[in-house]
Amino acid sequence: MTATRRTLLVAVAALAGAALVSSPSLAQKKYDPGASDTEIKIGNINPYSGPASAYGLIGKTIDAYFKKVNAEGGVNGRKVTFVSYDDGYSPPKTVEQARKLVESDEVLLVFQSLGTPGNTAIQKYMNGKKVPQLFVATGATQFGNPKEYPWTMGWQPNYQSEGRIYAKYILDKHPNGKIGILYQNDDYGKDYLKGMREGLGAKAATMIVSELPYEVADPTVDSQIVTLKSKGADIFFNVATPKFAAQAIRKAAEIGWKPVHLLNNVSNSVGSVLKPAGLEASKGILSTGYIKDSTDPTWKDDAGMKEWMAFMDKYFPDGDKTSSFTVYGYAVAQSLVQVLKQAGNELTRENVMKQAANLKNVDINVLLPGIKLNSGPNDYYPIEQMQMQRFTGERWELFGPVMSGEIGS
Amino acid sequence: MDLFLHQLLAGIATGGIYACLALAVVMIYQSIDHFNFAQGEMAMFSTYIAWQLLAWGFPYWPAFAATVVISFAGGVAIERLLFKPIRNAPVLSHIVVFIAMFSILNSVAGFTWEYTIKSFPSPFPSTPLFGNRLIGAHDLGMVGITLVMLVLLYVLFRHTRLGLAMRAAAANPDSARLVGIRVGWMVALGWGLAAAIGSVAGMMIAPIVFLEPNMMLGILLYGLAGAVVGGLTSPIGAVLGGFAVGIIENLAGTFIPVVGKELKLTIALVLIVAVLMVKPSGLFGRTAVSRV
Amino acid sequence: MVASERRLGGLTLPAWQRLLTIGVVIAALVLPLLVKNFTVFQLTLVMVYSIAILGLNLLTGINGQFSLGHSAFYAIGAYTTAILMDRFGVPYALTLPVAGLVCLVAGFLFGLPALRLEGLYLALATFALAVATPQLLKLSLFEHWTGGVQGIVIVKPDAPFGLPLSQDRWLYYFTLIVLILMFAAATRLVSSRTGRALKAIRDNPLAAKAMGIDTALYKSLAFGVSALYTGVAGSLGAIVVQFVAPDSFTFFLAVSFLVGLVVGGVGWIPGALIGGVFVMFVPNLAEQVSKGLAWAVYGVILILVIYLMPTGAAGFVRLVAGRVARLMSSNR
Repeated sequence: MTATRRTLLVAVAALAGAALVSSPSLAQKKYDPGASDTEIKIGNINPYSGPASAYGLIGKTIDAYFKKVNAEGGVNGRKVTFVSYDDGYSPPKTVEQARKLVESDEVLLVFQSLGTPGNTAIQKYMNGKKVPQLFVATGATQFGNPKEYPWTMGWQPNYQSEGRIYAKYILDKHPNGKIGILYQNDDYGKDYLKGMREGLGAKAATMIVSELPYEVADPTVDSQIVTLKSKGADIFFNVATPKFAAQAIRKAAEIGWKPVHLLNNVSNSVGSVLKPAGLEASKGILSTGYIKDSTDPTWKDDAGMKEWMAFMDKYFPDGDKTSSFTVYGYAVAQSLVQVLKQAGNELTRENVMKQAANLKNVDINVLLPGIKLNSGPNDYYPIEQMQMQRFTGERWELFGPVMSGEIGS
Repeated sequence: MDLFLHQLLAGIATGGIYACLALAVVMIYQSIDHFNFAQGEMAMFSTYIAWQLLAWGFPYWPAFAATVVISFAGGVAIERLLFKPIRNAPVLSHIVVFIAMFSILNSVAGFTWEYTIKSFPSPFPSTPLFGNRLIGAHDLGMVGITLVMLVLLYVLFRHTRLGLAMRAAAANPDSARLVGIRVGWMVALGWGLAAAIGSVAGMMIAPIVFLEPNMMLGILLYGLAGAVVGGLTSPIGAVLGGFAVGIIENLAGTFIPVVGKELKLTIALVLIVAVLMVKPSGLFGRTAVSRV
Repeated sequence: MVASERRLGGLTLPAWQRLLTIGVVIAALVLPLLVKNFTVFQLTLVMVYSIAILGLNLLTGINGQFSLGHSAFYAIGAYTTAILMDRFGVPYALTLPVAGLVCLVAGFLFGLPALRLEGLYLALATFALAVATPQLLKLSLFEHWTGGVQGIVIVKPDAPFGLPLSQDRWLYYFTLIVLILMFAAATRLVSSRTGRALKAIRDNPLAAKAMGIDTALYKSLAFGVSALYTGVAGSLGAIVVQFVAPDSFTFFLAVSFLVGLVVGGVGWIPGALIGGVFVMFVPNLAEQVSKGLAWAVYGVILILVIYLMPTGAAGFVRLVAGRVARLMSSNR
């Protein structure tokens, strides 16, 4: 599908949404705390400080995006007020900030709170208070469980699904490979590990020759890479955050280890991982994607990315255009606006969740072609599709079908 | 056996990182008699200055030299502005000011240069040396630079009047003042030198771990551990201690079954504490004798 | 003239102190009824941090030993409570003494080898403990108990006996009772024989030894008691936050305790309360000033505090009290 057609679709969808709510006689106005005739108050928690502060960029991008929304007239005529607090990636602080947002600022919903530990810490509270914990910024599977936690919903493809996609690929192309895994020793790393193991099934025990963890405080992962090589691994599953992923790529090249390199989506930004690690060393790396990479020349003339670029220039000129976080923030903020538009004049917390669970083929123009948002009352994972890609030394080249590693499929 | 050799070499390479920073730790200890918890952040900040100069188009070595000079001046300024006024406050108050410096430098660096990683160039060739792929040219270069700094420090402290005056000022400020040494300025000089050494360490470490505001968090701990194991009063000890920590960490992580890979940091630290209990002043440190 | 005989507005200084204490207690009893649940939650955390800082104060302020590792004892306390509540269904109030006891033993055992280390070396050993704690909590060997990287979510207790209090208010009063008991015990301890021995070791270890004080025993004991306080705080913290995870107990927590200790005043028991308030609210204040540079603002505030009060709030209070007393006596 061409970019223009996609943009058109969004426009049509928006028009349709507007048409649905434009006659006040039809839709009665209903509000929960945080919403009124003039304002929608959205809460957010991000690590602007501390070890995970790189992610703070997402919060800043979302903030900038709502400035754009407001400058263009708001959502259904209401201005968005975005209240974003810092939790320094510390769960007790996340709880404090979530309570501040709900009880003191009285936001309509908490959006894109970041990190698995923090979101786990507030999940019970948010569901007890019946305040939406919408589109959490983590790919852990536990945030798509509508039966137990109807007020919590994820957004990005979950880590386990992605792990399964790689497992599928390995079984298909390298059924006799020896897999070495480097993973961050936390929930994120272990989720990928789980997806990979389950995807390999009975063959996991024989195929995985080594699984090595690293800690965020470790200076380098050199030692792990050296061990993986000497264990004879010829497939390398790199489940590391940007800094460590880049170290691993460089070290592998340095010691002359050339395995089939599977790089997790978290760290596949060309600008902030592959370039620092060395484009030559990164050649041939495989990964999966669902968002367009701003530093990838493939999207130079893409309408969606041009729109994004114009947004960055106007509303977030200091923002890092090489980071995938700014594209991510832009995409997720658009998703929320879509939900709010659908909710129309019934801005209750219940209706927000109802609409969030009612996304049908929503097209966000910075997602890869063919990837759409879909959710339902029993499907709390809006994005489940990804596509595999290979790095040419300059850009990502998509290959194979758009896949979904849906859990249970 | 092959794995052992590889891990040993990787350990030496990583140990070089710690040794580099351990030198800065010893330098500051020599002049103020305690740790500076913001040492790592100072080194990180200096590295950003170097990065900025390079981004503005300076060639590597002039940028390197300018960074060392700026860092030296910065170190002196910090002592004069921040610590001179609270000279008589208790040690714990000083530690809190270190913590304050830590958060200021970290936050300002993140605000100015973003938190995404940046690559930092190495002055050494990128081709493997002697056709061997086990230890990179940059790792060897870093070890070389560390040794050069070590020799310079040794000469300064053992063979110059200035070094003697600095040692006197740290060991016994009152007596030093009586013989005409300007103790305050000696301390400031110590700060300047520590900052300068730290900046070199930062510029050597950044090509390996990538430049970002939190790059020194883990390294500082290992650097401190290295300095303490080797003996805080001995630059040679600190460098050897740094290497020892790097090697122990890698070998423990690789060869201790079950818990080794998950606890390599912890195991390294336990070993260090064990060393300290046998030899409380470090392997190469002088035993402190206090007057009763 | 001895300070205690000085009169101020007809009352002696100790009388003033008592009056002030009673005033603070009354304020603490009434306050939660006037503010939102969220603020009550924050105030409860202030008390939790105060108890932890008090623990550190007993070790550093009274006994003169450094610790950068108290986040470890806080974590042990928190996990003890979480595991007992979640895995064994033990009522929350009963987990407190267990957590305290576990930490007493842990602290005492850590104190034994730490005896051989002094000053900076002890600082490094405890620093190492703080850094190692999250790793140990994640260790897959214990995952069955600790929940590994996922942590443990626990249920917030309701007010007992059908008291018409929200969960937050009830926890506030519960914590307040624990806090008062712990502070009273600490005050007793400091003025007791044991307390004098601990202070003697701080001021002059050699002389203390010469006087026949078993320095090894007392120093280990100080570590144990200090860990007990911090462990009870951790236990309360877990109940209040309803969640424990390795990421909650990093080295930065130990640093906050140290900051709270110094800001409140080393060796001054009520200072722990001021430290708790500082640790809880100043980061929020800094965030309000500037989001991007919040921690830089925090650092600047910290430096200003040290400049204005080089010995923390303790020195400041003493200074003010002295000034007022002198003013009064010169007026007479």
